[in-house]
Amino acid sequence: MKKGNPVISTEDAAQRAAWINDPKIRAILYQIAVLGIVGLLGYYLFSNTVENLKRQSIATGFGFLNKEASFEIGESLIPYSAADKYIKALLVGALNTIKVAFIGIILTVCLGTFLGIARLSKNWLVSKLAAVYIEVMQDIPILLQLFFWYSFFYDILPSPREAIEPLNGVFMSNRGLVFAVPEWHPAHPYMAMAFVAGCIGVYFMRRWARKRQERTGQIFPVFTLSLGIMIGLPLTIWLLAGAPHKMNVPELVGFNFTGGLNMSPEFGALLIGLVLYTAAFVAEIVRAGIQAIGKGQTEAAMAIGLKPGQVLSLVILPQALRVIIPPLTSQMLNLTKNSSLAVAIGFPDFVSVASTTINQTGQAIEGISLIMVVYLCFSLLTSLFMNWYNKKMALVER
Amino acid sequence: MKLSKLWLLVMAVVVALSGAAFAGQTLDNVKAKGFVQVGVNGELFGFGKPDEKGVWRGLDVDTGRAIAVAVFGDANKIKFIPLTAVQRFTALQSGEIDVLCRNATQTLGRDTELGLDFAQVNYYDGQGFLVPKKLKIKRAKKLDGATVCVLPGTTTELNVADYFRLHKMKMKPVVIENTAELAKAFFAGRCDVLTSDASQLAGTRAVAPKPDDYIILPDIISKEPLAPAVRHGDNQWKDIVTYAVLAMIEAEELGINSKNVDEQLKSANPIVQRFLGVSPGNGKALGLDEKWAYNIVKQVGNYGEIFERNVGKNTPLKLQRGLNALWKNGGLMYSPPFK
Repeated sequence: MKKGNPVISTEDAAQRAAWINDPKIRAILYQIAVLGIVGLLGYYLFSNTVENLKRQSIATGFGFLNKEASFEIGESLIPYSAADKYIKALLVGALNTIKVAFIGIILTVCLGTFLGIARLSKNWLVSKLAAVYIEVMQDIPILLQLFFWYSFFYDILPSPREAIEPLNGVFMSNRGLVFAVPEWHPAHPYMAMAFVAGCIGVYFMRRWARKRQERTGQIFPVFTLSLGIMIGLPLTIWLLAGAPHKMNVPELVGFNFTGGLNMSPEFGALLIGLVLYTAAFVAEIVRAGIQAIGKGQTEAAMAIGLKPGQVLSLVILPQALRVIIPPLTSQMLNLTKNSSLAVAIGFPDFVSVASTTINQTGQAIEGISLIMVVYLCFSLLTSLFMNWYNKKMALVER
Repeated sequence: MKLSKLWLLVMAVVVALSGAAFAGQTLDNVKAKGFVQVGVNGELFGFGKPDEKGVWRGLDVDTGRAIAVAVFGDANKIKFIPLTAVQRFTALQSGEIDVLCRNATQTLGRDTELGLDFAQVNYYDGQGFLVPKKLKIKRAKKLDGATVCVLPGTTTELNVADYFRLHKMKMKPVVIENTAELAKAFFAGRCDVLTSDASQLAGTRAVAPKPDDYIILPDIISKEPLAPAVRHGDNQWKDIVTYAVLAMIEAEELGINSKNVDEQLKSANPIVQRFLGVSPGNGKALGLDEKWAYNIVKQVGNYGEIFERNVGKNTPLKLQRGLNALWKNGGLMYSPPFK
C-alpha cells in the first residue's frame, strides 16, 4: 500500500481491530479447536488404555515382535521356521495376503471383463448364461462360497496315495494340486533377462510402428512380431544352453508329495472363491461401462470401415475404461479385504497369523493396530496405482 | 469368522475404555448381575458343549456350575458364553466373562503377560496325536513330513512345532480356528494327523463318522494342566474359584457325594462338619454362605462324580482317571485342608 493515504490506513486499522470477525481467521480458529479436541480425545484413549493394561498387568508395546514365534506356518513365499521371530511370521502372512490378492485381482479382471462382454452378447444363450452366473454369484455370501470350495477340495478329491493324475506330472489330491516344474538351470536367469529385454524392445517397436502408421498410413504387423520377440529371445538362449529339459517331478514320499510346485487346497479354495465372487461384480461394472458409450460411436466407427474387433478395442473400450476404472478400484479393494476370510478355511494370511500372534502374546491392541495399518497400506497402494492409471486413461482435454 | 475379528476389535476397544477391575470387584459385580458369566468351549464333547436338548454338559461346564453354586447357592444362576481359542483370553481381559472354564492350559506367560491368574487345575492333560488307522503309524516319531491339523492360538500349536523341531522332523500345519471345521477337515483326510490335548482327541474321536478308524498314539508330548482362569489382581474372586474346584476334590476324598451329603450333615467327624459348614467359619472367610461347599456337592457332585459323568469310562470318551485320580490312588488331585 502507498504511504500517506489516510483513507486506506484507517480501514486497515479498523479491520485489524475486528480480526475476530474475519471469516478466514475464524475458520482457522475453529479448525484449531476441533484438532485440539480430537487430540485430547486421542490422548485420553491412549493414556486410559495404557493405565488399564498396567493395572491388569497385561504386557504392552511392540517388543514381542522380536520374540521367537515358535509356531509353524503352512505355506510361505520366503523360508520360515518356528525358530524365526514374530515379525517374520507376520511378514510371511502379509506376503501370503499379497499373493492371493495379486493373483486374484488379475484373474478377476480377466474373468469379469469376459463375463461383462458375454452379458451384452447378441447370442441369447451366452448372454443369459452370463446373467444367471452374475445373479447367483452376487447373491451367495462369500464365506459360504469359500466353505463350499474348501470342502470341494478335501471331500471330493482322494488322498495323496490315490492321487488323480490328469496330465503327466500333475497330481490332484486333497493335499492340493502338485505339478512338475523345470529343474533349476544356470540358463534360467539369462532367459528371464532376455524376456525383459524383449519386452523393452517391443515397447519401442510399438512406438515406432505407431509413428510410422501416422506418417504413412501403413500398418505394421506389431502383434505377431511382439509375440515373436518375447518368446523367441528366451527360446534362443534356452537352445544355446543345450535345451535343458530336466523336470522336477513331484514324488510321493511318506505322507505327501515332495518336489514340484504345490498349490494348497486352502489357497486354491480362497482364490477360486474370491475370483468367482468378485468377477460377478466386475462383470456388471464392465457391462455398465460399455453401455454408457453412445450407440452413435459404434455406428460411426463402423461407418469409417473398422472391423468389430477394432471398434471394441479402438473406440469403445478406451472410452468405457474411464467409466469402469473408479468402481473397479473399489472391487479390487473389496477382494483384498475379503481375503481376510482366509482365517475360516485355514489359509495363513495376515489376519490369520496376526490373530495367532495376538493369542500367543495376549497383546490384542497391538495386534489389531497392526492389522489395521497393514490393510490400510494395501488399500492406499492399490488406490494410488489405480488413480495413476485412471489419470492416464482420463479424457485429455485439448 | 469376520464377525469374530470384529468382536476381537470391540473387545480391544472395551479394554481400552473400561475402568479396570479392582480387587474384590468381580464378586460384587456378579452378585449385582445375579448370575456368573462363564466362558466355555461350546464345541468340545465332554468338556463344554450343549447336549441335544440344549443343556450344557461337560467337566468345564460343571466347574462353572460349582462356582455359581458357591456364590448363589443355585447352579442355574449362570450364563455360558462359547468362545474360540483365539477369543478366550481377550474375553476375560475385557470383562466380558467373569471366569474362563475352557480347557485352557496354565503357562507362565499366560499367568504373567496376559494379565490372568489360573485357579485350581480341574484336569491334568497332555498333548497327543490322533491318526487314521489305515496310515499304520504306531509312534509319533514316524510322523516326519506329515500334514498336521491344529487349532491356532493354543499351547498345542507351539508344542507340536517344538516337538518336530527337537526331533528334526518336518511338518505342514493346517490351522482352522473353528474346532468343528478343523475336525471336519481332518476326518475328510485333509491332514494325516490331528494334534491336541489327549482328552480333546478322545472327544473328537467320539464324534467321528467311524470312531474305530482312528487311534490315539501312545506318545504324550507335553504337560497340559487345564485350569479355570480369572483376571489378575482380584484375589478374593480367585480364592472363590480355586476353592470351588478344591471343594469337589475334598468331597471325593472325604467320601461325600451328591447322594449321601444330607446324611453326612450328621457326621461326627469334625473335618466333615467344618467342610459342610455345620461348624461355621469357611464361608465367612471366603465371603460366601456357610453352606457353599454343601451346596456344591449337593447340586453338582464331587470331583469323581463329575469326571465319570462327563468323560469317564461309561461315556463315549472312555477316559481313565490316570493323573486325575486322587493322590491316595496315585493321581495328582490333592486338596489342602478345609479349616
